[in-house]
Amino acid sequence: MNRIDAFFDTARRSKHKALIAYLTVGYPTAGATLEIAKSLIDGGCDMIELGIPFSDPLADGATIQRASQHALESGITPRKCLEVAAELRKRVDIPLLFMGYYNPMLHYGLEKFCAASHKAGIDGFIVPDLPPDEGSEAEAVMKKRGMDLVYLVAPTSSSEERLKFIASRAQGFIYVVSLKGVTGARSAISNDLDEFITRVRSVTDKPLCVGFGISTAEQAQRVARLADGVIIGSRILDIIEKSKRPAADVKAFIQEVRTAIDSKR
Amino acid sequence: MAALDELERAYRQSRRDRDFKAELNAMLKDYAGRPTPLYFASQLTKHCGGARIYLKREDLTHTGAHKINNALGQGLLAKRLGKQRVVAETGAGQHGVATATVCAVLDMECVVYMGEEDVQRQSLNVFRMKLLGAEVRPVASGSRTLKDAINEAIRDWVTNVDTTHYLLGSALGPHPYPMMVRGFQSVIGKEARKQILKAAGRLPDYIVACVGGGSNSIGIFHPFLNDADVKLIGVEAGGLGIASGKHSARFSGGSIGVLHGTKSYVLQDEHGQIRETHSISAGLDYPGVGPEHSHLMETGRAQYVTATDNEALEGFKLLSEKEGIIPALESAHALYYAAKLASELSKSKIVLVNLSGRGDKDMGIVAKALGVKL
Repeated sequence: MNRIDAFFDTARRSKHKALIAYLTVGYPTAGATLEIAKSLIDGGCDMIELGIPFSDPLADGATIQRASQHALESGITPRKCLEVAAELRKRVDIPLLFMGYYNPMLHYGLEKFCAASHKAGIDGFIVPDLPPDEGSEAEAVMKKRGMDLVYLVAPTSSSEERLKFIASRAQGFIYVVSLKGVTGARSAISNDLDEFITRVRSVTDKPLCVGFGISTAEQAQRVARLADGVIIGSRILDIIEKSKRPAADVKAFIQEVRTAIDSKR
Repeated sequence: MAALDELERAYRQSRRDRDFKAELNAMLKDYAGRPTPLYFASQLTKHCGGARIYLKREDLTHTGAHKINNALGQGLLAKRLGKQRVVAETGAGQHGVATATVCAVLDMECVVYMGEEDVQRQSLNVFRMKLLGAEVRPVASGSRTLKDAINEAIRDWVTNVDTTHYLLGSALGPHPYPMMVRGFQSVIGKEARKQILKAAGRLPDYIVACVGGGSNSIGIFHPFLNDADVKLIGVEAGGLGIASGKHSARFSGGSIGVLHGTKSYVLQDEHGQIRETHSISAGLDYPGVGPEHSHLMETGRAQYVTATDNEALEGFKLLSEKEGIIPALESAHALYYAAKLASELSKSKIVLVNLSGRGDKDMGIVAKALGVKL
């Protein structure tokens, strides 16, 4: 059992909802990524997604595009991301995932990249431009080392047949996209989300974590009641972009979210 | 993925549907002006002193380029799917103009994404699209060219997929787009095959076409794939030369990668980041290439060469002066190579060039490149 499976195994028994945070590696610096990751964990985050910046992040909105561009311009490469992951792994024992687009991994060499990720202490991957239809090779390479390939389901892929297919292939957890569209903080959560989660739930008992657009403690609280976990990304990058003390401000925000999703109200 | 599945089903159905085919053929004929002529370029042939050069005159279609073939096909398909809104990307603006045109005549809402850099260098086409009732959204992210316009169009599509069709203009992107765009563009090759048999009594020895994303080239190549004696040559944009790194030649400077939902040859750096490209013609300025071209290259069925910016300008001037036809800068890449090739071949040989578009849109760029102040 890898760290992700072990986490959900315990979390489900204790009715603990997962709080997952995304950081673009190297935004604003590799050092800052390590520091902020630590404060996210101190603030109550259960899992970290380390974003490997890509020149053409199709599934991402303006915030993550900007952060990726900044990271690339300051020389962040997949190799550097592996170093940051290895460094973070020395300091923490929670599950760590890489979130990145397929091409840089492919170019590095799928086998080589997965081996290096495993060695760096990575437990799983989220690859938004790799649908399960094309994912067999990556799945096999990851599975061999006990790592998960987390697939996304979106309201755009909503036929029951399609949901079943994705669920059958999902490892670790299922990344439930909360809306039709790209990442980025939104002022409100779609009203259709409850129904969508219910429909995904009806085809699988794998853990469901919801992301895209979640940006406040209130929204996170609502989502946590419906699913097994909440994923927050762009909002954290927004705080980093604006704050003079990003590590402290991000920690305060995550604490607020943690409290909200843990409250028994 | 659901939208792609839905699109594939609709496309496959349309291929068997008499009403759809009749509707599309009527629009291609009466609206777009098909069939386009096959023209024997006698003066150019004489000038080159070798093989006979024939031109497939896609420049004579309504809106002035082959793009209209695919735009009409997909536009009618979108109607069938009940989509009232269309988004598209454009580089040179030719596909944007074709899409805006089709949306006007089919009464659909149209949003065209265009890289900021392209908006500046193709301002005339921007104005055209607006006149046709389309909204043009400049894209400021990344390299601010075609690939970034595609990124934005895809982002829009996933956000508005219930109401919106993404009218992708080239033979790339996720399945079924490469297959579907090839299907709608194959009309070029089907016509050309009949026309050359009639005009010359035999098939050509060479077919030459420029390759950006690869839609005009796959359109003319495809109906000849089984004719083993017909050599197929794709001309990529060599920009300032392959050694300079400023080009769009995927087969000379690229390697296999995944971009925009397609595995194909891609210009990328050592870390798998997509590289910025350069070409004097916005329509060839794209870091990827349609996957079928990669297949044709790897199997050896087609050969891919390059023409630089300066060589394209030479081709541009040559056709204007010798034949009184001003070609699009994209097509000028193919013309330059075809002229060179023809001059090295015997007079018994035939070279067929796909003249994919006309050059009116490029006047400003060419004047600037030639140091002429307008």
